[in-house]
Amino acid sequence: MTLCRVLGTVVSTVKHPTYKGLKLYVVQPVDEQDRPAEPSFLAVDTVQAGPGDLVLVNSEGNGARQILKEKMLPIRSLVVGIVDAVDARIPAGLPEGAVARGDA
Amino acid sequence: MYLGKVVGTVVASQKAEGLEGVRLMVVQPLNTDLTPRGNVLVAVDAVQAGPGDVVHLVSSREAALALPVWFVPVDAAIVGIVDSVDVEGRP
Repeated sequence: MTLCRVLGTVVSTVKHPTYKGLKLYVVQPVDEQDRPAEPSFLAVDTVQAGPGDLVLVNSEGNGARQILKEKMLPIRSLVVGIVDAVDARIPAGLPEGAVARGDA
Repeated sequence: MYLGKVVGTVVASQKAEGLEGVRLMVVQPLNTDLTPRGNVLVAVDAVQAGPGDVVHLVSSREAALALPVWFVPVDAAIVGIVDSVDVEGRP
């Protein structure tokens, strides 16, 4: 799963029926320093997260089908948690932050 | 799941069985600030999108679940036509 910041919302009225009533967020993956680490993408909210929240995103269809209880479900990425705190100690010798580690 | 812009259509008469009657669209993937990213790809259309539409897509196995027909061999599906992308701090 990925740590992400919720950047904003995608609004779309003409859409696949399984997306009806769901909020589609733009989410930006961040590293342990809360800095952008990879290109942002889209995820459906299931925990009433809001713009600016630090969230947990699961990008795997099976979990989506279980959470949204739908078999024919063209949804892969779901916001599955709102993060209160990240306490990450990077091992000595490994640079701090995704950019320094070449992960970004 | 990502954003894209429909830039054309694809016709293929000789194709895998599951692809009959499926609309194949050429899509330019977009960053969430709507700038183009990477190569164009071909996606199946599940919502009657047309050339010029900004759309959102789902990838990999879940793309096959966008169509009513069971098991279509596709890895990208258009699942919504985008009205707006409202991202704070960016136009």
